[in-house]
Amino acid sequence: MTFVSLLGRLNATNYVGIGVFMGLQGYYAPNSVDEVISLLLEAANESQLAKLLAGGTDVLVQMHSGLNKPDVLVNLKKIKETNRLEINDREIYIGAAIPSAQMQEYQNLKTLLPGLLEAADLIGSTQVQGRATICGNLCNASPAGDSIPALIAAGAVCDIANKDGGRQLQVEDFVVGVGQNALEPGEFLLGVSVPTPSSTKKDAYLRFIPRTEMDIAVAGAGVAIAFEDNKCVEARIAIGAVAPTARLVERAGEALVGHEISDETIENAVAACREAASPISDKRGTAAYRKKVVGVLIKRAIKIAESRVREAA
Amino acid sequence: MPKLHVETSINGDPVEYLCEPHETMLSVLRDTLGMTGTKEGCGTGDCGACSIQVDGRLVCSCLMLAAEAEDSEIETIEGISGKDGLHVLQSKFLEHAALQCGICTPGFIVASKALLEKNPDPDEETIRYWLAGNLCRCTGYDKIVRAVQDAAKELASPA
Repeated sequence: MTFVSLLGRLNATNYVGIGVFMGLQGYYAPNSVDEVISLLLEAANESQLAKLLAGGTDVLVQMHSGLNKPDVLVNLKKIKETNRLEINDREIYIGAAIPSAQMQEYQNLKTLLPGLLEAADLIGSTQVQGRATICGNLCNASPAGDSIPALIAAGAVCDIANKDGGRQLQVEDFVVGVGQNALEPGEFLLGVSVPTPSSTKKDAYLRFIPRTEMDIAVAGAGVAIAFEDNKCVEARIAIGAVAPTARLVERAGEALVGHEISDETIENAVAACREAASPISDKRGTAAYRKKVVGVLIKRAIKIAESRVREAA
Repeated sequence: MPKLHVETSINGDPVEYLCEPHETMLSVLRDTLGMTGTKEGCGTGDCGACSIQVDGRLVCSCLMLAAEAEDSEIETIEGISGKDGLHVLQSKFLEHAALQCGICTPGFIVASKALLEKNPDPDEETIRYWLAGNLCRCTGYDKIVRAVQDAAKELASPA
């Protein structure tokens, strides 16, 4: 074994790279939820910007490009609660520190929530998925974040820690604007809880990008549906990248519930989604194109979720 | 803020260093520890040139703070070859001419090794998707994919 002694070299090392942000005043890796809350409150009291570090794949890029300039970074990966990945009859709990790659290793999770897992698998490369978390994707609140429509469709609830014992919030109410979430000062996302789907309920997620890998959604579609005796008894449909936030389209779900899945009921759901979409035009696509594409994705995602329920039966 | 003191393990050796809180693992590997085998491409997690394994997981070292390495096990390109010489992947990259300028190569080798540890017999599609986060602007990827396939074959039935 060799011991690399470096202390002598450190003073001579001034390289920090181009554009590297150096204003960070503190880095903490606490072991408990309470310590995180105290650090966040302390920063808020001193008008400091505190950023939470889960996977860090967004935070570090934003920090080093100068997009945000945190005074304090709080690493969430050393806490027991954020490392929870638990599946029981009632809920599936995914802690804030669980990287996407770890989720993909649970076959049980793939069987129960295939749509959420395919959404997570679309975010970034193998390397990025080794760090990136779906909770981070959610907190980052990009309109095109792939995990968000999938979480909304699955009925996921945010488990928020604060000094008053915490609170719960549906994912569709957690994302409030472009890059904005509902967390108050002193609060952070501990994990997400998804109600465990019955064997007759399945989800699906589709997105459209101009290539097959490593790109940002032009439009996204998350669908979760449950059947009884061939009739749809539950449907949650969410659209992504076609509005300032991912949106739950309640009317699309209502168009399916109580009916057998047919071309007609699917078209009703599609029409509701196109109506709920308020996309912008940018280099990835025009508003009209996005509206059209989101409808096509919804139609296909419904059919995938339906075939998954049939295969499981 | 004073520098942070970090104790970690790199390629099986205990290592300790001091780092600034904002410093990336990539910067510490290259500039503090002098381990320049790991390359800096984009610095934003898009190109994979800085790939390393942390606790058995493939990551971009530019997307990780050096402070986060505390108590981790880190593997870099420097730890790939054994005392008997080059790793099979390294030999196959040479044999198939799977590199030209070479900047992306350490990242490809580290990423391919992680793949073969997880899946010793990947098909071409699996290899291409796994390596989608490693960019090479010289070879056009075919030679790289062939090298990984050949290495997998040799590792499965050592000559």
